Amino acid sequence: MAQFSLPQNSKIDKAAGKHYPAPAGAKNVKTFQIYRYEPDTGKNPRIDRYDVDMDKCGPMVLDALIKIKNEIDSTLTFRRSCREGICGSCAMNIDGTNTLACIKGCDEIKGDAKIYPLPHMPVVKDLVPDMTHFYAQLASIEPWLKTDSPAPSRERLQSEEDRAKIDGLYECILCACCSTSCPSYWWNGDRYLGPAILLQAYRWLVDSRDEATGERLDALEDPFKLYRCHTIMNCSKTCPKGLNPAKAIGEIKKMMVERTV
Amino acid sequence: MSHPTPNRPLSPFMLGQYYRFQLTSLLSIIHRITGVGLSLGTFLLAGWLISLAGGPECYAAFAKHLTAWYGQVLLFGWSWALMYHLCNGIRHLGWDVGKGYALSAAYASGYAVVVVSLILTAAAWAVAYAH
Repeated sequence: MAQFSLPQNSKIDKAAGKHYPAPAGAKNVKTFQIYRYEPDTGKNPRIDRYDVDMDKCGPMVLDALIKIKNEIDSTLTFRRSCREGICGSCAMNIDGTNTLACIKGCDEIKGDAKIYPLPHMPVVKDLVPDMTHFYAQLASIEPWLKTDSPAPSRERLQSEEDRAKIDGLYECILCACCSTSCPSYWWNGDRYLGPAILLQAYRWLVDSRDEATGERLDALEDPFKLYRCHTIMNCSKTCPKGLNPAKAIGEIKKMMVERTV
Repeated sequence: MSHPTPNRPLSPFMLGQYYRFQLTSLLSIIHRITGVGLSLGTFLLAGWLISLAGGPECYAAFAKHLTAWYGQVLLFGWSWALMYHLCNGIRHLGWDVGKGYALSAAYASGYAVVVVSLILTAAAWAVAYAH
């Protein structure tokens, strides 16, 4: 069911937030308002404010987060790895949209930088969401090449045209920015697969080497898994890789129709 | 969600407050709201027809409310809801045949729906008041 407010244990305790002022003499200060949740205390989440001297900080939001963790508050917890937009670890809600902290410039944000975990997800700690369900949904679409024909002695070949069909799909890094931006996924995520997983499903549906197209479509033919997409397009707007999950979902819906007419 | 530690808080998500509205999500939610509004509007239409069947006095009593300022405001809202839902429905038909998914196209069609629905509403009222 559509949910419009946070459960009691998730409401942000506005009074509990801490403030970490910038060092004396800092001229170019930017404030980062960051969602904090400590599982060990049993207390509700809060927002801590960190004033960062931007003259001594790298340009990206991830640089600021790392600086805060190194120099101001080592308890701040977030995922990061590649710092160049290819691993998808540092996906979070920054300034009201989901993106990767490592490729979001601090100067793109007007005023205070407000940073939350990916929306409508169980929070493990601070900016770290629990991705278990998301990964289980990925596994459910069997994201690997499925064939009946005997394996050839060399690679399975593909024409250039067929290869071009998976452009805009294979680049997905599964950061979950799109799925967690989708109101349908917030409200029906237990059964709706969401944009990221459906884009992956389409990546295998459209692959000329895959021989399980019918079986894959059968698995998606369900009121919730696919058809909870209402073309809200938060997914395509937010994708940090510039992909278009909404279009991929539209293509799957078309395939569903085309195979029955 | 199945997980051994069930007490994890849910991260903030609400549109507007934590997740920025954008044209496409705004138009989507308006489509939903106008759809609900139009469903309720069918009761009004049914009431109007019943009053029509009930004779001149009955109709006059009903029409008095419709021509009052609040009735006109509601009718204006319903007529725009109809035009908006119609135009955006056509936009959805485009998506259903696989067209207009590029972000630029979705934004262009979104602005077009707003403008065209307002023009159609204004035209309908201009015609109504001309008679």
